[in-house]
Amino acid sequence: MSEGSAAPMAEPTKAGWFGDFGGRFAPEPLMPACLQLEEAFRDAWADPAFHEEFEEVLHSFGGRPTPITVCKRLSEELGITLLLKREDLAHTGSHKINNVIGQALLTKRMGKSKMIAETGAGQHGVASATAAALLGLECTVYMGEVDTQRQALNVFRMELLGATVHPVTSGSRTLKDAVNEAMRTWVAQVDDTHYCLGSVMGPHPFPWMVREFQSILGTEARDQSQAILNDVPDYVVACVGGGSNAAGLFSGFAESRSQLIGVEALGGAAIASGIPGVLHGMMSQILQDEQGQILEAHSISAGLDYPGIGPEHAHLASIGRATYATADDDEVLDALERLSNTEGIIPALEPSHALAWIMREAGKKIPKGSTVLLNMSGRGDKDVAQVREILQAKGRFQ
Amino acid sequence: MSRPRLEDRLRERVAAKRKLLIPYVMAGQSEDWLETVQAIADAGADAIEIGLPFSDPIMDGPVIQEAAVLSLERGTTPQSVLNELGRLELDTPLVVMTYFNLVYRAGLDRFAGRLQEVGVTGCIIPDLSLEEFSGWEKAAERVGIDPVLLVAPSTSAERAKAICERSRGFLYAVGRMGVTGERDDASLEVGAVVSKVRPFTSLPVCVGVGVSTPEQAAAVVKVADGAIVGSALVRRLLEGGGPEGAATFIGELRSAIDSVTFDA
Ligand SMILES: Cc1ncc(COP(=O)(O)O)c(C=O)c1O
Repeated sequence: MSEGSAAPMAEPTKAGWFGDFGGRFAPEPLMPACLQLEEAFRDAWADPAFHEEFEEVLHSFGGRPTPITVCKRLSEELGITLLLKREDLAHTGSHKINNVIGQALLTKRMGKSKMIAETGAGQHGVASATAAALLGLECTVYMGEVDTQRQALNVFRMELLGATVHPVTSGSRTLKDAVNEAMRTWVAQVDDTHYCLGSVMGPHPFPWMVREFQSILGTEARDQSQAILNDVPDYVVACVGGGSNAAGLFSGFAESRSQLIGVEALGGAAIASGIPGVLHGMMSQILQDEQGQILEAHSISAGLDYPGIGPEHAHLASIGRATYATADDDEVLDALERLSNTEGIIPALEPSHALAWIMREAGKKIPKGSTVLLNMSGRGDKDVAQVREILQAKGRFQ
Repeated sequence: MSRPRLEDRLRERVAAKRKLLIPYVMAGQSEDWLETVQAIADAGADAIEIGLPFSDPIMDGPVIQEAAVLSLERGTTPQSVLNELGRLELDTPLVVMTYFNLVYRAGLDRFAGRLQEVGVTGCIIPDLSLEEFSGWEKAAERVGIDPVLLVAPSTSAERAKAICERSRGFLYAVGRMGVTGERDDASLEVGAVVSKVRPFTSLPVCVGVGVSTPEQAAAVVKVADGAIVGSALVRRLLEGGGPEGAATFIGELRSAIDSVTFDA
């Protein structure tokens, strides 16, 4: 197939391009590591034994397959049929476990003994520390200082799992700076260390590789929703920070009639407010000023505070295969509360963005009677302290 | 403002058996940064790297990061510092070092044109890999800017060959796996990286990243054609050394490397 007519969510080009986005903008010291990683991943992904091990670990350790829950009360209230893909029930409480198991197995396969990772909300850090403990790898997690405060319990979890947490004090002290610092460290330690990037971003092969590891959730969701609905859902919706849970989910439906919707935090909306640029090794839609200096993202959710977006999402937006919307902090809090008290599920702040969009658009952009699949990418335990504080300040709770 | 072509000047000097000293300064870091550029030119720099500050410099350690933050806080934009540079009367080639997003944002041809207008004759973009290089290569060539490429200790011989074929100005050999910053002697891997590139290029080979003291610079030029000194100079400037302190340090580096005689 020519590049232009490739199916949506096909493999990127040899140089890692999804249409006009992606590529490999890495300093030369890192290029050999990116090339080595690509080769190792291609080799592993073509090896049935690797798939078998990956799936086995995700089954017996990770809790896969995760179920789909059909929301009864909320569906009725919204006039739609709302399905939740329950990644919150996976081990460590989010979809992040899928990617880290894949990358940790690959780390061993490459003969490396250490992993480093960046984290925003702490979910990817906790997942990385978990996979490292399972497979006997040394793990260091880079986390913006602001986020270590917002997510103090996750810092402790990582330490309990045997990882070292390195607070990052440069720049905005959030996710983007944690990525910078992890990359800087990787340059110095590339011989024995793998950089376990947490989303579909960074230089090739990361965006493609992470999507492939996350596609397990999309494949499951496609089969499960087919069994429940006898059809694909009309809408397939996920929150987008870097975009890994969305990419995994979309990959199961890219060639179907389902409408794909990614929801970004209003204060970190790379598709709505970004322009093409290069950050963290990739060409994508990036929040930046007129000179090309990167802007900081701001939202209630540490996991979505990222000024870029995975290049494949920028591509899907540009060809119109997926649509990207935003949700603001207040809507997100409402959504979190509403799902909690109508369905008995406390969602993380990140997927609450996707739910907020569904709640806003049900009966509007989403016609009544539609079937809607939402990726419940993580559970809310990590966020309840922060949410409690905010809601108490609003006088909502004692 | 016309200044010597980077590659011509460096080749002439190497041919005349002079070892090269290339200091790095962060543009706009302080009020007197232009005087610093002048002072280090006078103190014996063969070319000067001018850093244009970027918000997310992934190849730089804490010292150059701090200088970039200071510069951005002073309101530096690529154009503002390039305009200032254009006013300097210097016979020393200037090499801009920055990250690709600033170049891409301005537009490749426009950015190259701006460099040329203010007399910059070389440019290093560390996060622009060989694979993504061709657009910038053409834009730079059109206006006579030498695009300098990097080879690292991790680079394979095959890759090093391809990089050497397309680098202009000089070949930037990364002396150590890591980001910019001061290091002790033990960690420099100069011999291996220099001998890796020699068979593939007649360009001057200069070693940067981790070269911090006059002794290290002297050790570097025993095998390489030149030494690039960044963080050690920038730290002195952050500590308030000013143009004079910079000139003194460059003078020390100069005499250390001049004491090394060619044995080739
Ligand atoms: C539960 C949850 N969902 C989503 C995200 C955002 O990441 P991505 O866009 O890669 O899915 C995070 C990131 O921390 C997360 O913890």
